[in-house]
Amino acid sequence: MPDAPKAAPPPPSPLPVPGAPAPPAKTGPSPYDTDEVKTPYADITTYNNYYEFGDEKSDPARNAHTLMPRPWSVRIEGEVKEPRTVDVDTLFGWFGMEERVYRMRCVEAWSMVIPWLGFPLADLIARLDVTSRAKYVEFTTLLDPKQLPGESGDVLPWPYVEGLRIDEAMNPLTLMVTGLYGKPLPGQNGAPLRLVVPWKYGFKGIKSIVKIRFVQEQPKTTWNALAPNEYGFYANVNPLVDHPRWSQATERRIGELARRNTKQFNGYAKYVAHLYAGMDLAKNF
Amino acid sequence: MTATAVVRPRSKPLSWLVPAVVTGSFAPFVSILYRAATHGLGANPIATVLDRLGLLALIFLVASLACTPLQLVFKAKWALRLRRSLGLFAFFTALAHFSTYAILDHGFSLGAILADVTKRPFIAVGSIAFVLLIPLALTSTKKSVARLGFARWKRLHRLVYASALLAALHFYMRVKADTRLPLTWAAILTVLLLVRIVDAVRSPRRPATNRADELATRARRNSP
Repeated sequence: MPDAPKAAPPPPSPLPVPGAPAPPAKTGPSPYDTDEVKTPYADITTYNNYYEFGDEKSDPARNAHTLMPRPWSVRIEGEVKEPRTVDVDTLFGWFGMEERVYRMRCVEAWSMVIPWLGFPLADLIARLDVTSRAKYVEFTTLLDPKQLPGESGDVLPWPYVEGLRIDEAMNPLTLMVTGLYGKPLPGQNGAPLRLVVPWKYGFKGIKSIVKIRFVQEQPKTTWNALAPNEYGFYANVNPLVDHPRWSQATERRIGELARRNTKQFNGYAKYVAHLYAGMDLAKNF
Repeated sequence: MTATAVVRPRSKPLSWLVPAVVTGSFAPFVSILYRAATHGLGANPIATVLDRLGLLALIFLVASLACTPLQLVFKAKWALRLRRSLGLFAFFTALAHFSTYAILDHGFSLGAILADVTKRPFIAVGSIAFVLLIPLALTSTKKSVARLGFARWKRLHRLVYASALLAALHFYMRVKADTRLPLTWAAILTVLLLVRIVDAVRSPRRPATNRADELATRARRNSP
């Protein structure tokens, strides 16, 4: 695998002083928005893969009431000058929130169009004093079977871990998400903080994040650990690379009857294709 | 009393059994149709219906295969009368499951279906499990038993074991992570097959006579 291109983050901005007023929310449509029909809120919040609450699609909506999104803190550590634990509302106060309407494509070959509310991960990285040794970012979900009862079973190795290459993390599309349709994320969608990477399969969008770690080695991500021949680290949406058990050439957009053709990088090629120039995407799936 | 008693033919015990089971077997389909009409199938109704019909077909198949073990272990002779109804429900449910996949999932694109069947093992396995049921459904009548002769008919219908095992395998191959449900059904199927194997080993081989065979012999005698 080629070395991750060294990201050149701008010189770190100072973290805002606690108590300083939050920057204003960015209003108006984003250039990254899609104008496709948005999936209804009811569908987005009742059709979820969140095995920490059960493995049926209807389980997370039914069972997510045990998750307590406040008080919630996020640990930021690893290749940063100052590892810190920050309260999640303080973290949100550092950035102006913006709405992004993104496609979300699940590896199971269904998709939605979701109006997320959040801030670019690049903004967070820009503010942290990340060392030059940081090649990847690793994210971890809360590990607490009392709040996430599925974690007392062993259907997946808990806690859920995901990761991005540092340049993927810095891409303007990558979002730290806190809301949905302008409202705070419900538990089943990953309250209070989740990752959204619209050009990758949905399982890269790790939910209910408690730790963000900058690392030198590629993180061991959960689905890849479970079935490395089926779920890769990159997990870029790619109609030409099938899942061993089903085709990825088409998808069912929730709410539509006929299937659609799946687009390379979920239709975001013009923003992200350059990240993978020269890579064999069939090997690095 | 000197009046002659009217001799009524002795009615079959539990004559309500098969009609009751057949009527009850329609219930899951009514439920699916009702939910479809009231948007109760969730955000991805086609996938939900596909999954439900698949599991239902497996359940009918296993239920049909449970009849003989019930008779062998608990002497429940009535169970034998349910085999055909449950088997036919299994076939029609499997047909509905396959049709949902072929039509609604692939717009009946033969190319897409063939590509799937040849490239994806779990779909190939499921397709074979379904196809094996077709000759069984076509020869489910008493007339077929007469035409084939009981011994040949019985040999043909042994395909149901292969179909059930392949259906359980198809289910197991389908799930992403939680294999508990498919493994449970595979275990139930294994137990049912073991009961037959143990019985075949323990009891001496009986000549293949039963009511179906009597009818077949009679039909042959009566035909010109």
